[in-house]
Amino acid sequence: MKPINRRSNAPVFWGLFGAGGMLAALFGPVLVFITGIAVPLVLILPADAMSWPRMQAFAQHWAGKGLLFVVVALFMWHAMHRILHSLHDLGVHAGTALKFACYGLALLVTMTAAWILVAVGF
Amino acid sequence: MAETSGNGKVIRVEVLRYRPEQDEEPFLQGYDVPFTDDMSVLQGLQYIKDWLDGTLSFRWSCRMAICGSCGMMIDGEPRLACKTFLRDFPAGTVRVEALAHFPIERDLVIRMDDFLAKLERIKPYIIPKEERTLAQGEYLQTPAQLDVYEQFSSCINCLLCYAACPQYGLNPDFVGPGIMALLHRYNADSRDGAAVERMEIAGSEAGVFNCTAVGYCSEVCPKHVDPANAVNQNKTRAAGDYFLRLVRPKGGAK
Amino acid sequence: MNTPDPRRPYVRPMAGWWRRNPFFVEYMVHEATAFFVAAYALVLLVGLLRLAQGEVAWNGWQEALRSPWSVAFHGVLLAAMCYHSWTWFRIMPKTMPPLAVRGKRVAPGVITACGVAAAVVCSLVALVLAWGATR
Repeated sequence: MKPINRRSNAPVFWGLFGAGGMLAALFGPVLVFITGIAVPLVLILPADAMSWPRMQAFAQHWAGKGLLFVVVALFMWHAMHRILHSLHDLGVHAGTALKFACYGLALLVTMTAAWILVAVGF
Repeated sequence: MAETSGNGKVIRVEVLRYRPEQDEEPFLQGYDVPFTDDMSVLQGLQYIKDWLDGTLSFRWSCRMAICGSCGMMIDGEPRLACKTFLRDFPAGTVRVEALAHFPIERDLVIRMDDFLAKLERIKPYIIPKEERTLAQGEYLQTPAQLDVYEQFSSCINCLLCYAACPQYGLNPDFVGPGIMALLHRYNADSRDGAAVERMEIAGSEAGVFNCTAVGYCSEVCPKHVDPANAVNQNKTRAAGDYFLRLVRPKGGAK
Repeated sequence: MNTPDPRRPYVRPMAGWWRRNPFFVEYMVHEATAFFVAAYALVLLVGLLRLAQGEVAWNGWQEALRSPWSVAFHGVLLAAMCYHSWTWFRIMPKTMPPLAVRGKRVAPGVITACGVAAAVVCSLVALVLAWGATR
């Protein structure tokens, strides 16, 4: 059957790409700034802003858990979808194996994040 | 024309030639063309054909950016040859090639069979929601309803957007920007009732999800159509159809 | 494509297409921000793992984040994220259905500006919340 007659399953991945892209556009810069620059250099935020007890409590709270999961998972789905298309752009055509590798990596990160967040406890 | 171009200006026009009966592959051939400031690239090509080399092939018709025949790559950009002027190349040379991403039939003539087949598939005409008899009068539409699709109806099928779309070049199965602009023109028309049928094409593996929002298609359009917008609005709609089908399995038999 | 077609249509190769036009080069650059978004997701994933492994592991990760290399890397990540954000909202007018306010079509530039403004507001809110929760 020709591609024009087959329904595409892309909406699933495109939806995750779009959601992750929007989240990264709105919150990506500030998150990188907080976790990677402000806290390590003690700018604006206090030196113990990301201390273990505080971050553990954050990860144990349902809202904190949800936030961490959504950021890690959606950023990864966004990135892997885009990388898959960029590989296609560079002439590495997205065969089934490549699709499995890219989306599989995103799925792996998603499941690992979920597993860790459950393991952290409630 | 040779006699009237008397201001002494000459431009070097490099043309990508391909004569399938004798050339293995395309090659650039240069011509020195005398020109005046009011001459388009198309007129430059006509000068070549009339005075320098009658074997050069290219498509043209209206000379005024409405027929959509003379699309070509001019210094690497998809342009209408009739809407691009020789005076705008101050370096004194301009390169003219057949539209990118299409097979070359001969010289500057591309093969558009693929586009025409796709155009036919989307049924680019109004299929009325409800048939009206002559006695019932015309199909009325408000200015707001017209505004939703009007710009998309300006498409002249010149294919510049295809030459601007790397995704079409990489995967010619992709229906592409122009077809999606036309598909959207009819789907968004309040009088039309065939959107569901056309959305099967938009949501197919050859459809909108091949687009990676490069956006160059909308930049090069000589009629100010925004094909990128047509493609991307239909991503949202096709995704909606995809997920709604799971909620309402009855409508999703196809 | 060597079709048996006697008309011998010539199909030009696509290799290196993105180098042919500055518009395409910019497109490839903004697509490449995905590598930085993925890198940041992985940094956070490692952090989560360290958090689950206990206080010592967590403090080690925090120590690593304080190294000049890490701070410099996050500086690059920040630049890439900002570029992603800008290019995301720049293309947004082309990806949305037409938006009308009081019967007038909203201009593309206004939509982009609103997106960038939303990102600034989100950033400030996140900073204030983090500041309020940790002071």
